[in-house]
Amino acid sequence: MQNLKIVVTGPFNAGKTEFIRSVSEIDVVNTERRISSAAEKVKETTTVAMDFGRITVDEDLVLYLFGTPGQKRFDFMWEILSEGMLGFVVMVDSTRPETFREARSILETFRRYAQTPYVVTANKQDSKDAWETEDLRIALRLEDHVKIIPCVAMNRNDVKNVLLELLYIILAEMDAEEAR
Amino acid sequence: MALKGNLRDFSLTQLLNLINLSRKTGTLVIDTAEETAQLAFGDGRLAYANLGSQPIGLPAILRSGNYINKAQYRILVERTGNMTDKEIGLLLINAGYGSQEEIFNQVQQFYLRIVRRLFTWLEGDFHFESDELPAEDVITTRINLEDLIMEGSRQIHQLERMQEELPDLDVSLRFSEKPEKDIRKVNLSMEEWRVVSYINPKNTIRQISRAVKMNDVEIRRVVLGLMQAGMVEVVQPEIKPINQEKMFHTNDRQEQRSLINRVIARLRSL
Repeated sequence: MQNLKIVVTGPFNAGKTEFIRSVSEIDVVNTERRISSAAEKVKETTTVAMDFGRITVDEDLVLYLFGTPGQKRFDFMWEILSEGMLGFVVMVDSTRPETFREARSILETFRRYAQTPYVVTANKQDSKDAWETEDLRIALRLEDHVKIIPCVAMNRNDVKNVLLELLYIILAEMDAEEAR
Repeated sequence: MALKGNLRDFSLTQLLNLINLSRKTGTLVIDTAEETAQLAFGDGRLAYANLGSQPIGLPAILRSGNYINKAQYRILVERTGNMTDKEIGLLLINAGYGSQEEIFNQVQQFYLRIVRRLFTWLEGDFHFESDELPAEDVITTRINLEDLIMEGSRQIHQLERMQEELPDLDVSLRFSEKPEKDIRKVNLSMEEWRVVSYINPKNTIRQISRAVKMNDVEIRRVVLGLMQAGMVEVVQPEIKPINQEKMFHTNDRQEQRSLINRVIARLRSL
């Protein structure tokens, strides 16, 4: 049995758990706890260790989706979760500019862990308060070649699209590496 | 789609940089409990600025720049009644009270003073109204934002914010690849030029700070200014090589590609 792994990361309350839940064939195994900090009380619970979703490809291949905890104090989990990943998805809440700096910092941290492909996905694009993806590119200081994909984490097709884009990049990088 | 938030999270300098890079046209409205401000942009350039909910009018603009004295201001207001700014400007030029260039320069300086004042606002809700421009009768300008962005960046004084933005001084810098950013066209201070002269992927920010004899706060301020103006960017540190053994159970390239293709097919079928 071969297991492949994609990591979903991003700031607190960016929608990572929802993202995984949208495509996972199992109930997402999550380690949520009630939030005690008043400053972070924009939702009732948060992921403290990881989220875990699964997509069975066939009888001997499974794709696992790991969601990282969004809060900085759990960042010791990030490196552990990034071990052996094919690539990663950075989720950004397009409606909360107060999290953009954090998103940038998480992205830079993950890029340091491993030279794997990644995409950035701009969640909550159905909200009237959502920033446009090209504005987010500038706010997050993303280079032109980095894919930034609009999505609504609760929409399965959007989530599929994000994962597919990442897999296409992985294939393209494998081709490029082989050509070198 | 919105471009909205609070200056506490996304500063005016960052907003100007975004508007400049994406060549936006529209009006940025900033509201605090006490004041409101509007900045209008055409194709990424400052076209208009106003504090308060009503336009101040050309006579007050000329008075605020001491171009006319109090008595002249009073007469001008009395005589121009319902005339628009453009009409007042024309009237002054035709009457020999000033040239078009002088009056236009007064308007430009007035708008710049407003932006400089807004740089001191650390909080305030903002939103950008795309394609919304000031009334046709006001005098508009086409001021490049690069110099303003540098000015705004020089006013970053919050140490905490600087550390968040640039936590690691042991990284190096390179010049941005964006072609529209021509560093020669931006007004840099002597201090900034000294830093710029050392920018090279081989020099870390800490090494540059030693060379130019700046402390951590000073070097952060200068580098962040250059970064916010889109002129330089951090060179990402060396990245660990991929451990493919942990990603795939096989080193066979064809097999690896086949695994990815199978996942793609499965996802498409979901």
